[in-house]
Amino acid sequence: MIPWDQIVIQTLNGLVNGMVLAIVASGLTLIFGIMDIVNFAHGDLLMLGAFVGAAALGATGSFWIALLAAAIAIALLGVFLQVTALRPLIGRDPLTTILATFGISLVLQKYALWQWGPSVRRISEPVPGHFTLFHLQYPWYRVATALMAGAIIGGLWLFLKYGKYGIWIRATTQDRVMAQAMGIPVPLVHTAVFAIGSAMAAASGVLFGPFTGVTQTMGFDFTLRAFIVVVVGGMGNLGGSILAAIFVSLLEAYAAIVVSPAQAVIVAFVVLVLTMLFRPTGLFVPTPK
Amino acid sequence: MLVLDDVHANYDKAHVLHGVSIEVRAGEVVGLLGRNGVGKTTTLKAIMGLVRRTGGRVTFEGRDLAGVSPHALARLGIAWVPEERRIFRLLTVLENLRTGVERPGTMPARREELLDKAYRYFPILRERRHQAGGTLSGGEQQMLAIARAMMLEPKIILLDEPTEGLMPRMVGQIREIVHALHRDGVAILLVEQNVPLTLEAADRVYIMEKGVVRHQAPATDLRADQAVIHQYLGV
Amino acid sequence: MTTVPAARSAPSVAGYWAGFAIVLVLLVVAPLVLPPFWRRFVTEILIWGLLAMSSDILIGYTGMVSFGHSAFFGLGMYGAAAALLTMKPPSLWLALLYGLVGAGAVAVFVAYFATRLRDIYFAISTLVFSQIFYVIIFTWTDVTGGENGLTFPQPPLTITGLIEARFTPESFHWFVLAVVTTAYLLVRRITRSPFGMVLQSIRENEPRTRAVGYHVERYKMVAVMLSGLVAGLAGALYAIQNKFAAPDFVFFTVSGEVVIFNVMGGMGTLVGPFAGAASFLLLREGLSRFLTEYYLIPLGIIFTLIVIFLPQGLLGFLRRRLNQ
Repeated sequence: MIPWDQIVIQTLNGLVNGMVLAIVASGLTLIFGIMDIVNFAHGDLLMLGAFVGAAALGATGSFWIALLAAAIAIALLGVFLQVTALRPLIGRDPLTTILATFGISLVLQKYALWQWGPSVRRISEPVPGHFTLFHLQYPWYRVATALMAGAIIGGLWLFLKYGKYGIWIRATTQDRVMAQAMGIPVPLVHTAVFAIGSAMAAASGVLFGPFTGVTQTMGFDFTLRAFIVVVVGGMGNLGGSILAAIFVSLLEAYAAIVVSPAQAVIVAFVVLVLTMLFRPTGLFVPTPK
Repeated sequence: MLVLDDVHANYDKAHVLHGVSIEVRAGEVVGLLGRNGVGKTTTLKAIMGLVRRTGGRVTFEGRDLAGVSPHALARLGIAWVPEERRIFRLLTVLENLRTGVERPGTMPARREELLDKAYRYFPILRERRHQAGGTLSGGEQQMLAIARAMMLEPKIILLDEPTEGLMPRMVGQIREIVHALHRDGVAILLVEQNVPLTLEAADRVYIMEKGVVRHQAPATDLRADQAVIHQYLGV
Repeated sequence: MTTVPAARSAPSVAGYWAGFAIVLVLLVVAPLVLPPFWRRFVTEILIWGLLAMSSDILIGYTGMVSFGHSAFFGLGMYGAAAALLTMKPPSLWLALLYGLVGAGAVAVFVAYFATRLRDIYFAISTLVFSQIFYVIIFTWTDVTGGENGLTFPQPPLTITGLIEARFTPESFHWFVLAVVTTAYLLVRRITRSPFGMVLQSIRENEPRTRAVGYHVERYKMVAVMLSGLVAGLAGALYAIQNKFAAPDFVFFTVSGEVVIFNVMGGMGTLVGPFAGAASFLLLREGLSRFLTEYYLIPLGIIFTLIVIFLPQGLLGFLRRRLNQ
């Protein structure tokens, strides 16, 4: 007996989770591609975004303002971090940056604990109501989240593909030295990309808030999954990480039909291991030349 | 206009330039000849601030370039066409040109003019303008690299071995381009292995050996008497 | 580019052993003069230092950053737990042995991947692996006790023919000191051997080491095995000291702290990790009096600053790439 209803439900869940994860992974892979920084604190930027969003929501009652406030606040934090802590590390090897961002991650997590305390914050659903899906009442806001995530990613894609600054970012990612020779202010581009990545992480934090509530440790799970997704998708490969995010989330969702959700995450790990063994440049990357 | 005064530079911890002094005046074509490994490319990189200058000065239009970050040079009027061309492989031809054309202070109309100029000089680029840079042939990439530099409306172009690896027909095209740029009043510092082309295109020529300039002369003199060339390049 | 270090001059060798002897004497005397809390504290420093030293074999000597040492530590703990729960009467040596075997099994697994992955990929996968083990241990409640962990009795110290007695805090401390000292001397001997030299050359310049003809993969695998076993030993000791095993110790936090000990104390020194562990734990103890659980904020900032601004002393050993 194939549990079709569960499969459909999990497909939906997988897609929704995948879209949120895709935002996080996109930021992470963009940052890595352009600056060789493996941002261990990326999930914590998400977490802080969720807290700021929760606070803004509490103050204004508007989900959209909360989303915007979180994105802007964390973008500014990202600028601060990049300029003070990460810019000195440009050109050093990625292992140093992973250690530095690990240190930053510790500070950010404990800061959130200090600022907002240990209790779970709530972000209320942006869109109320449910629709009937088989035996479940599926909440509309999850669908809305996936659509918004899609819009964010689509916006990023358009920005990078067209528009002068998108070209600057892509050129700098491919050849930093030549980009400088062409007059592109590379240090500014680096800071801007880190800000964009941070803002995106913050936005996904707010989007994900209604799912499970906001806690200091929510970031780590995302960091872990985002790392997996970025490696599976090909480091620095934007399209790859988006596809990988959806792929891994779907697999995890399907696995949750058979095992408990806590154990389903092992599926993601297995995908990572297999990728690194057989296609280390990424599953969704054309065979390297 | 561009003056290198006793410049020392390191590349990968090796002391490569031991006091290079070169001058390029406005509108001049200056050739830089020498065997492989004498430091010609490093000299260009030293101007661009891409290798560490450990001594001497580089001035452009009277302004000391020490401490000027590499991305500010384009605005000053210095363009660089590196030896490996280094076009942005994943950007289209048009996007490559746009990295140069879309500068603060240039109006859209001017930008269109510049792009048209690039297409006039290099018709093949118009044809391929939506193709990814990496799909172009070696010669086409060289043309794109030069066109891209032209988009900066530079006062001087640092041109590093433009004919390397090109078929003879393309070499001729490069020669034409250099002449055209010269006519436009753009100064060129031309690093080349191709001696005849250099002697024909340049106003003056420097010859380098082991990280210093050993000889300089007007091109006319060297065309007449190639003994010095033979001495330093063994050609 | 550093070359193989020449033999130390006689005075500095003598100085080193003198310092070593002094520290050893202090550690032996410690439990006799310190109040119970601090007595236990010192023992814990030794165990964490041992764990950090195991990580130093990889980070400091072979140039491989591991974010997954909690897995080795945890398997050491649970291995010891297994021995102490299944064997009657509980045997100290069997507990240590099971712990080593448990950690060793994981190490084999990780070692395989170590050879195929470089740099960040290795670091990320160690992180992922340790989380896999965390999830398995956390959810396999029947075997591991799940969230609540396992409790078991502390085995007596038995050396056939000589001793048969329960541990007192003092004697346990001396036992740990003996084990840790032995392990330290052993590892030190290894890192100074030709094998150790090859590891360092791998750290300095892997392609060149390979080109010269060394089977880099094999050396890396042995390094990971060694590191894992020592970490497992630390885990087993911890389990025996505290009489419980819990999944918290397999969680990433432990791996993160180990890395902090390494970086703060100095990589590639073997004593550095002990110093790092001691300073971190002392700082934590001190700062948390004033700042409670927020001690990590200044500590994290210090750590980050060390990573960024003190690369020579601390990260100079980590990776010196050719002219980045």
